[in-house]
Amino acid sequence: MVPIEHVVGLSAILFAIGVVGALTRRNVVVVLMSIELMLNAVNLAFVGFNRLAPAGAEGANLDGQVFVLMVITVAAAEVAVGLAIVISMFRNRDSIDLDEVSLLKW
Amino acid sequence: MTPVAALFYGFGALAVLAALGMVSNVRNTVASAMSLVVTMVSLAVIYVLLEAHLVAAIQIMVYAGAIVVLFLFVVMLLNLRSDEFGPARQPLLKWAAGGLGLFVLVRFLRGLEAFPEAPAPPDGFGGYRMLGIALYTDYVLLVEMASLLLTAAIVGALILAKRKID
Repeated sequence: MVPIEHVVGLSAILFAIGVVGALTRRNVVVVLMSIELMLNAVNLAFVGFNRLAPAGAEGANLDGQVFVLMVITVAAAEVAVGLAIVISMFRNRDSIDLDEVSLLKW
Repeated sequence: MTPVAALFYGFGALAVLAALGMVSNVRNTVASAMSLVVTMVSLAVIYVLLEAHLVAAIQIMVYAGAIVVLFLFVVMLLNLRSDEFGPARQPLLKWAAGGLGLFVLVRFLRGLEAFPEAPAPPDGFGGYRMLGIALYTDYVLLVEMASLLLTAAIVGALILAKRKID
């Protein structure tokens, strides 16, 4: 069995890559993909920690995996709404460059 | 090295490489989405190694299947020119983002301590039966809220993507 700290370390590496991607890229679609990467890193940490305590007071303890399912659900909803916003932004501005969207900038 | 450890390190390295490729590819958004698929599938393999079988199946079906296809669909719908995006934003912001990423990474890794050895899981751990029982007894309210959220998201996406609201 792999030590759990290696699983969490892999999760931290993926999260850091996602942070850099979300902050540096100008393409909105790639920024959304980086956010997905961060959510996946968190899911990996959830599954790893769940593996650390597989049994609870009464039978199996699957809290971590249940929360992974919830994160996947929220990610799916977020992608649907986010991509709809991207499409409507492209329709109105003819671009999906993040630097072009400055209507709300102070 | 046991086969499980070899698979874990191999697919973990593949996931990190594909993630780096996704973030650093500035020319082709479709290639970025394909790298994202590689990351998702590698993570699904790691979930199987961690005894989370149902989560691995859902990861492949929902992430590698539905979500990335949605990304590809939108990329092709928008029909972007490949020269539209420069390498990145201002150099200062780039360095700041790199520094922040490094800080997050170091902070996480330094916070890690040696966890105890993972005990053997009970029979059927991570299978559809145990997870289904947990979902529909302890977490049934969460499941109902998730269904409401998905309905609201679908309606919101439809209205946002519609050309004109009558």
